[in-house]
Amino acid sequence: MLYFSKLKIISIVIFCSLLIFFSFSNFTNNEDFFFKKKVNLGLDLQGGSYLLLEVDKGPVINQTLQTKLSQVRNYFKKKEIKTFDYKLGKEKIFFKSDKKNQEKILDLFENDMELNPYFQVYKSNQYNVEIINGIFELTLTKYGVIEIEQSLLDQAIEIVRKRVDEVGTNEPSITKSGSNRISVELPGLDNPDRIKSLLGKTANLTFRFVTQSNDVSFGSEKLKDLDTGEELIVSKRIIVSGDNLIDAKPQMDSVNNETVVSFTLDRLGARKFGRATKNGIGKQLAIVLDNQIISAPVIRDVIAGGSGQISGGFTFQSATDLALLLRSGALPAPLEIIEERTVGPDLGEDSIKAGILSLIIGFVLVILYMIYKYKLFGLISNFALIINLFMLLGFLTIFEATLTLPGIAGIILTVGMAVDANVLIFERINEELKKEKNKVIAFDNGYTLSRTAILDANITTIIAALILFMFGSGPVKGFSVTLSIGIITTLFSVYYIARLLTSLYVIKNKNNEVKIR
Amino acid sequence: MNEKYFFNKFYNLSNIISSILFLISIIFLVFKGLNYGVDFKGGTLIELRTDNVNYQTEDIRKAFSKLNLNDLSVKKFGKDNDYVIKFERSDLNKPDFIKNLKINLDKHLQDYNFRRVENVGPKVSAELLQDGITAIAIALAAMLIYIWFRFEWQFSIGAIIAIFHDVIITLGIFSALSLEINLSIVAAVLTIVGYSMNDTVVIFDRVRENLKKYADIKIFDLTNISINETLSRTLITSVTTLLALLSIFFFGGEILKGFSLAMILGVILGTYSSIFIANPVLVYYKVSQKTLVKEED
Repeated sequence: MLYFSKLKIISIVIFCSLLIFFSFSNFTNNEDFFFKKKVNLGLDLQGGSYLLLEVDKGPVINQTLQTKLSQVRNYFKKKEIKTFDYKLGKEKIFFKSDKKNQEKILDLFENDMELNPYFQVYKSNQYNVEIINGIFELTLTKYGVIEIEQSLLDQAIEIVRKRVDEVGTNEPSITKSGSNRISVELPGLDNPDRIKSLLGKTANLTFRFVTQSNDVSFGSEKLKDLDTGEELIVSKRIIVSGDNLIDAKPQMDSVNNETVVSFTLDRLGARKFGRATKNGIGKQLAIVLDNQIISAPVIRDVIAGGSGQISGGFTFQSATDLALLLRSGALPAPLEIIEERTVGPDLGEDSIKAGILSLIIGFVLVILYMIYKYKLFGLISNFALIINLFMLLGFLTIFEATLTLPGIAGIILTVGMAVDANVLIFERINEELKKEKNKVIAFDNGYTLSRTAILDANITTIIAALILFMFGSGPVKGFSVTLSIGIITTLFSVYYIARLLTSLYVIKNKNNEVKIR
Repeated sequence: MNEKYFFNKFYNLSNIISSILFLISIIFLVFKGLNYGVDFKGGTLIELRTDNVNYQTEDIRKAFSKLNLNDLSVKKFGKDNDYVIKFERSDLNKPDFIKNLKINLDKHLQDYNFRRVENVGPKVSAELLQDGITAIAIALAAMLIYIWFRFEWQFSIGAIIAIFHDVIITLGIFSALSLEINLSIVAAVLTIVGYSMNDTVVIFDRVRENLKKYADIKIFDLTNISINETLSRTLITSVTTLLALLSIFFFGGEILKGFSLAMILGVILGTYSSIFIANPVLVYYKVSQKTLVKEED
């Protein structure tokens, strides 16, 4: 185990130098340098906000079933097959038919593209059809739910991105998490209140008429007017919705001297809006956002150009936010903030300082202890340890890994445990030297005989770290990353750097007295 | 053969002590339970710093108790003017919650700022707890399987009992002292599992080697020889690991205190158990050269 070929020595030196070189990229600010990768600092170190949002799929699934229900009903009406007693359950549609038609209906569900559009494409059903006690049960399949969830999540993440981008935070990271969650990381943001209130709104904008009657009927609903505080009865029929909006911005209205939001509609929206205002002069037009009336002005004139203003006692900030929400579009479903972690920048700075201080102190203590115990071989082991740390940093840099506070703890722990392999080897050599006169053979045996224990010991730690990586979340994941990379660089530094130096020393001093301790 | 110390004479005594500690820990875990932080219980944590040195913990508590918060706890956190406030959230989905809280708090408290705010909803905390428990369970199972492949089943049982001993007593101490269990403690427990295993494996590796070498020595003495031969390594590695951990404990800041404390306890227990718990199991099963031969057939 002590022989190294020239080629091997050169490769080791090159490999280590490369990694050390990469690690130095973190300490320079040279922008022109060709290697620009750096270790990312986690939110707990640089400060920032982490939000986990959950998409509420309930309303959309309900909506989908409702649409499916009327589609199915119309389909059978067209085919002149009598079906009746339609009902909506949880992820289910119930209906009945005459007994003689049951077979035929099942067959149509199986084979007609119109009823079952998924099957031809995906060889899987969006709905399962069963007859239980003579009642048809149309159930959304798992696949159908996933399909809805995915498109919902895709749409929602798009809107979230637009809204976050508009606020203009520094390098936000917005990613899917699981089947119905979105994780938002906002580095450097120490007060997420504004983003939270922007993401907390669906921003579903509709223009609808206020009805003349005083009672809520089938086609209308009672909504609260935020401007005046009174409740108005508003028609459910939508004239124009936020989908037809192409621009919105806050503006000072010089006539009334108040802040308003001016908007521009697309061609279709403008035409609809023009027609409705023409027919509705004198009526009250309710501007409804997320089931609350912002304002309900009386139409005095035809609005034909497709642009208009929304007033509602805005401050400049609230007008800016509303315009932003309208520009980014409505969320397909409400989002719930289920987790939030915010770290202020000064705490992050303190954590970095504390982390580095404890790393240096831990490192110095271990180094002194090793020199005290093993003298010259302690120096060799310490040299390997230093190279080890730079290699660890080099790997983290290449992978652009995220360094967190627990991650720094992982590095410090690596320092403490990295010497273990060398200790195992040195102790074994010490034993072998007592038995064996030939020093080269004693050293060789020391390396060979300690190998299984070292491998076993490190594999068990790596198993623990990998499991933590799979199940851990947030900063703790950073701990498992540094710990597992640390184990690999440790093994390399022990077997290639420390062993190389040890062998050079022993071969040179094979006739002199060599003492481990 | 160097047998400087007779560890095997203390097998019985140490097993009695460990059993008692283990039982006490179980009693604490069952009847007192663990003090879960917001990660696992859900709720809100605020780290607050005030520039007003005259404020006492009582003043901070009074200010917050006027805000109608459930299950409020206020504690000093490291430095004199840092505090950690925890409470239960009932209306989680209000985006303006923290904003309104600050507005109300301003009436009772001046010169303060929030350095850290953590809000964990009940769904997420339940999942995090579930994940934590699953991770530890899988880690234990993986260790059991790994060592079963590498050694014989008697060794496997010895190692697992040692790990259980370390994890349960560490958690027992956390329960007894009401220390907070959060995500980083789960990381610490997993690392303890790895470390304890590591220590045990090194001694077991030597036991196996010696079993092949000395056919006529009984396992009772053989374990003692193996422990002695690996003793200096066991101690040196424990010392260097503890040096690193003590450095985190004293200088790494408040956030890592719980983590490093759990690890320090785990390393001490792990070193002890790899000698005094894992080895007696081999004696109990009367492991001999035949045990190895049988497996190789």
